[in-house]
Amino acid sequence: MNILHALFKTSIGKKVIMAVTGLILVGFVIGHLIGNLQIFLPPEKINEYAHFLQSLGKVLWLIRIGLLVAVVLHIWMAVSLVLENRAARKKGYQSQKTLRASYASRTMKYSGLIVFAFIVYHLLHFTVKSTHGEDFYPMTMLHGEKVYDVHTMMVLGFQQPLVSIFYLIAIALLSLHLSHGFSSMFQSLGLRTRSWSGLLEKLAITISVLYFLGNAAIVIAVMTGMVGIQNPDFASCCPVEAHEVANAKH
Amino acid sequence: MKVTLRVWRQENETAQGRFEEYEADNLNPNMSFLEMLDVVNEKLTGDGKDPIAVAHDCREGICGTCSSMINGEPHGPENGVTTCQTYMRSFNDGDVITVEPFRAEAFPVLKDLITDRKAFDKIMQAGGFITARTGSCQDANALPIGKEVADLAMDAAACVGCGACVAACKNSSAMLFVSAKAGQLNLLPQGQPEKDTRVLNMVAAMDEAGFGNCTNQYECSAACPKEISEEFISKLNRDYLIASVRSSVKAKPTTMK
Ligand code: HEM
Ligand code: FES
Repeated sequence: MNILHALFKTSIGKKVIMAVTGLILVGFVIGHLIGNLQIFLPPEKINEYAHFLQSLGKVLWLIRIGLLVAVVLHIWMAVSLVLENRAARKKGYQSQKTLRASYASRTMKYSGLIVFAFIVYHLLHFTVKSTHGEDFYPMTMLHGEKVYDVHTMMVLGFQQPLVSIFYLIAIALLSLHLSHGFSSMFQSLGLRTRSWSGLLEKLAITISVLYFLGNAAIVIAVMTGMVGIQNPDFASCCPVEAHEVANAKH
Repeated sequence: MKVTLRVWRQENETAQGRFEEYEADNLNPNMSFLEMLDVVNEKLTGDGKDPIAVAHDCREGICGTCSSMINGEPHGPENGVTTCQTYMRSFNDGDVITVEPFRAEAFPVLKDLITDRKAFDKIMQAGGFITARTGSCQDANALPIGKEVADLAMDAAACVGCGACVAACKNSSAMLFVSAKAGQLNLLPQGQPEKDTRVLNMVAAMDEAGFGNCTNQYECSAACPKEISEEFISKLNRDYLIASVRSSVKAKPTTMK
């Protein structure tokens, strides 16, 4: 029995790949959220953090490739499983009741698909930096170095209602995806047992809700003006004090 | 009481099939669903018509032969019972009841409500057995087994192989059946020698038969007349992972290709 055959060609193996790639992606999105929550701190913090990530060089590329492989495998297996499942019942029932499957579990492919569309846009927006004009990717000085002003980039992004709405929808759907996915991956790996499945289900819901609220807090803080632009080059947007603080520093 | 039945009628495996309506009158609410069908079939036969073909055998919930999708639920509205243990008192006077065969590509419809479930037999042949010493009986209790383990194995062994799990699953997955059949043996000492090959071969036979994949929605467990827990699926996944790894690294005798 070849292990690659077991993973890629059997129903259980494919689910194991879904679960492991899902776990990697869950780890990533939670880490990403914690990084983003630094928007509530002075701008230097998140700019420093972003600059640190940028300066990883080869390691950054390793992480990027790892994540890309995870996403590709996750989607590949999802498509393969969905096609096989369709083929397993060509003629359906006149009426079929849902007995206990959650809404989230029944919409995994749709929530996943829209999240994927968002990921593509998101990468073009902030990684490739091609969705907006040059003005949307300002620079700032950090410890005498010229770096991307990620704080301002985020605020500028969320000041556009369409971007914010798409973001909120994607985050809501990803949270929905996770509310099933988080416990599902334990089942797929054979780690969900009767003794803690109840706790696991609650944990999945809690994590999904917290994940949604954390992301939504950032959007709402920007849209309500609680978090604003603090880069002095954007004079029109800055509150007076920030202006002065920034000028005093120069 | 009186009900209207909308029943799937299909002459043979290749026929188109369609729903037909029948009135069932003067029913005793304490009749089983199958007894109600007997009454309808009695009348159809008397009228010179083809009776509704429906699978049944023991009529006491232990053989797993009966198998109908009743109002969108395998074995009807009650939990933890088979079609033969479903009684007319679970329905209201005047109800319209839709009756369909279990549907899956791996379970082709033979006639009306009867499906061919030999795919399950193939899975059993692939690994649903142990190798036992024949001859005279061993002493009782020669092999100590913890009570909890024995009970858990017994839970899995309650599976009657009716196929309600496949019928209920949106993906027509047979994982609950396979996990119960493999699990009952894998839990016990008698099942250990063939544990890895059992799991690998039964899953291969399951995939080969064209069942779908589990998406962890547990409709199977909710539909199961023996209320078998989805925990056995988790165990099957675990056993399968371990068996795959072990079988790809372990030393093999020269006679094995
Ligand atoms: C990019 C597009 C995505 C698509 C098309 C997609 C689709 C799917 C599908 C169809 C499943 C299987 C559901 C099931 O078997 O019940 C699944 C499971 C899962 N997804 Fe995604 N997903 C995507 C992105 C993500 C992301 C970004 C994450 C993490 C943040 C994620 C985490 C998970 C987890 C944890 C599971 C559970 C694995 C399991 O059931 O064993 N997915 N996804
Ligand atoms: S006829 Fe045997 S279980 Fe229903």
